[in-house]
Amino acid sequence: KQEVSYNAPELRLMWSNGEGARAVPLAGHVGFDSMPDQLVNKSVNHGFCFNILCVGETGLGKSTLMDTLFNTKFEGEPTQHNQPGVTLKSNTYELQESNVRLKLTVVNTVGFGDQINKEDSYKSIVEFIDAQFEAYLQEELKIKRTLHSYHDTRIHACLYFIAPTGHSLKSLDLVTMKKLDSKVNIIPIIAKSDAISKSELAKFKIKITSELVSNGVQIYQFPTDDESVAEINSTMNSHLPFAVVGSTEEVKIGNKMVKARQYPWGTVQVENENHCDFVKLREMLIRVNMEDLREQTHTRHYELYRRCKLEEMGFKDTDPDSKPFSLQETYEAKRNEFMGELQKKEEEMRQMFVQRVKEKEAELKEAEKELHEKFDRLKKLHQDEKKKLEEKKKSLDDELNTFKQKKTAAELLQNQAQQAGGSTTLKRDKERKK
Amino acid sequence: MLSPPTTCYLLLLQAHRSQRGFFEFPNHGSPQAKGDKTNGSDFGYVGIDAILEQMRRKAMKQGFEFNIMVVGQSGLGKSTLMNTLFKSKVSRKSVQPNPEERIPKTIEIKSISHDIEEKGVRMKLTVIDTPGFGDQINNENCWQPIMKFINDQYEAYLQEEINIDRKKRIPDSRVHCCIYFIPPTGHCLRPLDVEFMRRLSKVVNIVPVIAKADTLTLEERDYFKQTIREELRANGIDVYPQKEFDEDAEDRMINDKIREMIPFAVVGSDQEYQVNGKRILGRKTKWGTIEVENIAHCEFAYLRDLLIRTHMQNIKDITGSIHYETYRVRRLNESNGHFTPHPSDHPLWRNLCNCYPMQMFWFFFFKLPTK
Repeated sequence: KQEVSYNAPELRLMWSNGEGARAVPLAGHVGFDSMPDQLVNKSVNHGFCFNILCVGETGLGKSTLMDTLFNTKFEGEPTQHNQPGVTLKSNTYELQESNVRLKLTVVNTVGFGDQINKEDSYKSIVEFIDAQFEAYLQEELKIKRTLHSYHDTRIHACLYFIAPTGHSLKSLDLVTMKKLDSKVNIIPIIAKSDAISKSELAKFKIKITSELVSNGVQIYQFPTDDESVAEINSTMNSHLPFAVVGSTEEVKIGNKMVKARQYPWGTVQVENENHCDFVKLREMLIRVNMEDLREQTHTRHYELYRRCKLEEMGFKDTDPDSKPFSLQETYEAKRNEFMGELQKKEEEMRQMFVQRVKEKEAELKEAEKELHEKFDRLKKLHQDEKKKLEEKKKSLDDELNTFKQKKTAAELLQNQAQQAGGSTTLKRDKERKK
Repeated sequence: MLSPPTTCYLLLLQAHRSQRGFFEFPNHGSPQAKGDKTNGSDFGYVGIDAILEQMRRKAMKQGFEFNIMVVGQSGLGKSTLMNTLFKSKVSRKSVQPNPEERIPKTIEIKSISHDIEEKGVRMKLTVIDTPGFGDQINNENCWQPIMKFINDQYEAYLQEEINIDRKKRIPDSRVHCCIYFIPPTGHCLRPLDVEFMRRLSKVVNIVPVIAKADTLTLEERDYFKQTIREELRANGIDVYPQKEFDEDAEDRMINDKIREMIPFAVVGSDQEYQVNGKRILGRKTKWGTIEVENIAHCEFAYLRDLLIRTHMQNIKDITGSIHYETYRVRRLNESNGHFTPHPSDHPLWRNLCNCYPMQMFWFFFFKLPTK
């Protein structure tokens, strides 16, 4: 309880919940009773956000249940069973009902429970939830922040789908829920509950509840502090886990079309409270407690995450009688640490740069060397060719000379022969004429 | 994203709960029936709109806070106006056991809180009085203690907000609205008025009013208002509702109407008289009775509707998401620059400014005992 006084000690402003403030009667209608309307109005203009995480083994009808809950066909195909690990797939949809716009995000655990070794199954789920908290925390800690228009992705409700074995919780379920209960509002539900008979169901619910209690798993309790909803909430608390059936197919019952699953032996009506707890789930999750789920997420789970994260990083609230000396030390140490890191990073970057330059230089040198070699080779080739050509030319010249000589010699002989025997040429001519 | 909703606002749906104000939100049509086929809903009623009722329940349970400051010279009827606005003795003078009519030598800031309740809605109203403002011979820097007070409230909120272990609901002592009383001279704003409003409009929502407006005729009043509006414009003073914070076209339309009317010429009174068989609040003079809530006589009703019936939440929102955030940014940047050996022109430092470890860093510095 903080007290602040300014110049007039007899008039003190107290920050705490109305303590210290005077209650005064009003002499007439002032008009601030419109404040809830003004607040709601603002929210309507702004739109709402709601994020549901569905955790459960593949094939338990998670997608179908979402479709049934929100009366719409969300896109997506059934997942395969051969995923190597658990991944989280999130889809955001914009729904509107009368004047309320809802940004609904449905996150599905893909591949949960399919692996042979399931020890790490819960890890990706926890990481995902933490990542949403982290994103919000980062936004909250920014210097220039826009919390007003921030799209809140923190998980408000976690529907944990329990397989309808009829016996007890699987150890995977217990381990996972235990890891999640301090991070998110868990609402356990028995999936595909039309596989269990009524009597088995009662026993199953008791077994589940007692196992949860004995393992210290904190599931979400519907709030009972507000008298207008206390009764219905406490009744519903006793019906947990809800045994649900999902279906988007309609069957004609009497003269109405209802959502149901048709079997040869009968029809399971989704919205019939005698058949399953679907209506209870919808009532609790959406119509009565959606705002409380959002509030709990923000004021409890997120605050816990934030507190742990900040403490982990070494921050502490300053007590009124804190020793400034030790804080100064820590401050110096942290500052030096940070500056050291900065310098190290700078050094690293510089080293890397130098390294890169060296490498590039070496590369270029290599290339240059290669080029030189190539040049030399080509030059040599060229010279060889030239030599060859010259030799050829020389031999050709020689041939030509020889031929010339022969020719001259032959002509000489011919002249001599002509002068010596002109008759023989006549004879030859006569022979020719014949 | 869907375009702004064209369905009617809840304010009108709940008209039976409270008297309507003058600045109504436009009615675009009757509320749609439940189970209407809308985008995303194929058949049947899901119940998403039940969240409105859930919110309302929570708000009623938690109650509301509102902190209003009155600034103006002595004798302008500040206390009376507060009492008239909230129809009860909420002003400092009414609360003080021995009201001394002395003018303080320096400006004092005096807050008093009240718990009021109306039709199940609880409110913690805090009225912050500033006796001594503008009363000295030399009024230089008379805005300083007021600025300091306002910033101190932001500081207190910030300190709470950055605690590791923080309260579920941070108590909000930030000044949501500051009513500035302009003396009814009929001419123009005085330098003191301009100086004060210029400085304070940057840190808090200012609603200027012409005090004791029953000394002005309607023509004088209109002329005065026009002059004031021009002077505000000329000096770049943004009073509430600020043009830059209008959210959409409808908002702008409503707020433009208001901006055409400010400053409201008000008369305050906590005396009731019988007029035409009804008991109404008024001021009785020899020449007639001024009815406070009669809009033909003065604009008190407009002020009341603006502050309380229609825009109270908006006033708080602007304080929280704009004025407070501005203070926060300035404060955090200050604390960054103060402690670092390398000021913000170190390249790596600048690059890391908005990323995670950097934020942790200012955060850590911040939690040191300052000064």
